[in-house]
Amino acid sequence: MIVRILEDGQYKVDKSTAKKLDQLDSKLGKALDRNDEAAFDKALATLVKMVHASGKRLEPSVITPSDLALPAATSTLAEVRELLSSETTKVKKKG
Amino acid sequence: MSVMKRLSSVVQAKANKALDRMEDPRETLDLSYEKQLEQLQQVRRGVADVATARKRIELQAEQLQASANKLQDQARTALTQNREDLAREALTRRAAIATQLEQLKTQHDQLVAQEDKLVLTTQQLQSRVEAFRTQKETLKASYTAAQAQTKIGEAVSGISESMSDTGMAMQRAQDKIAQMQARAGAVDELLASGALTDLSGSTDPIQAELDKASQSGQVDAELAQLKGQLTASAPAGALGTPGEGGKGPAEDDKVVDAEPVPDGPSEAADKTPDPFTISDNEGES
Repeated sequence: MIVRILEDGQYKVDKSTAKKLDQLDSKLGKALDRNDEAAFDKALATLVKMVHASGKRLEPSVITPSDLALPAATSTLAEVRELLSSETTKVKKKG
Repeated sequence: MSVMKRLSSVVQAKANKALDRMEDPRETLDLSYEKQLEQLQQVRRGVADVATARKRIELQAEQLQASANKLQDQARTALTQNREDLAREALTRRAAIATQLEQLKTQHDQLVAQEDKLVLTTQQLQSRVEAFRTQKETLKASYTAAQAQTKIGEAVSGISESMSDTGMAMQRAQDKIAQMQARAGAVDELLASGALTDLSGSTDPIQAELDKASQSGQVDAELAQLKGQLTASAPAGALGTPGEGGKGPAEDDKVVDAEPVPDGPSEAADKTPDPFTISDNEGES
């Protein structure tokens, strides 16, 4: 599975890492829903750290799409909310 | 739904918008390549923009530092002239400048980090563009093969995703630079208005006061010299204005009070007939 960390690069992660990422991902989602910045920052930092530690970085010359994307490590909750909201408006327009 | 999945689809959607797919996948490849070259240009311009913003802040910091040094000198001069009020004013301003300088330093650090990051992005983008150019030619050559279509699709999706990531990163960097430039503009305005610096100009009240003080000091000295000359040429005590403070013989004590103090000769003149002043002087001597 390939994960992109925005403003960083792409990483190949194995299945067990992908599972752990999934669990942390739900924490990130809950923090977003509750507007809990502290929890958000913590979850994002842990996710980025895990991808860095367990993933294998792809060379920039490898050109392939990713399965998952993580916000840039320095992103704030508000920034990510805005990014995701562009998706919501798009879905609404479609529907 | 998973945040990471949603974010992934947002990135891909942005990429699709940036890159209209052509009927012929080979044309899409060429278009992608052109777009990448454009983006490389943009990122290079971005690096130049950050460098400009950084240099501007460095220049401002130099100006502020010069003002701070000048105020320090002025405070010292003011103290030697016994003008503690002026020294305090100068040091207060200097403290305000120190705060500004600290803020500038934080911004400078951020810009340096941003610049390093963009330089790295440029390098990565450069090698990606190179790799894509080679792959694109290979894919085009083997386009007749059935599987090539899928491969082209993947390559285009991959490159689109990278491009939209780079595009978003650039946007973020530009937003930050715009914020800093707005702040830098505010500092420039302060510098121009003289609120922080321009203390060398005639508008500098501290310098004006200090100059006034040193001028009046000079006037005092010249007065004293004149008086000294007059005393020497006239019989002692004939003129009510003997030599400068205590220089003369003890009998001059009575008139020392009458000396023209720069700010209040009339007050001093009033004192001369005051018996209490005389008796005080006598008591002292």
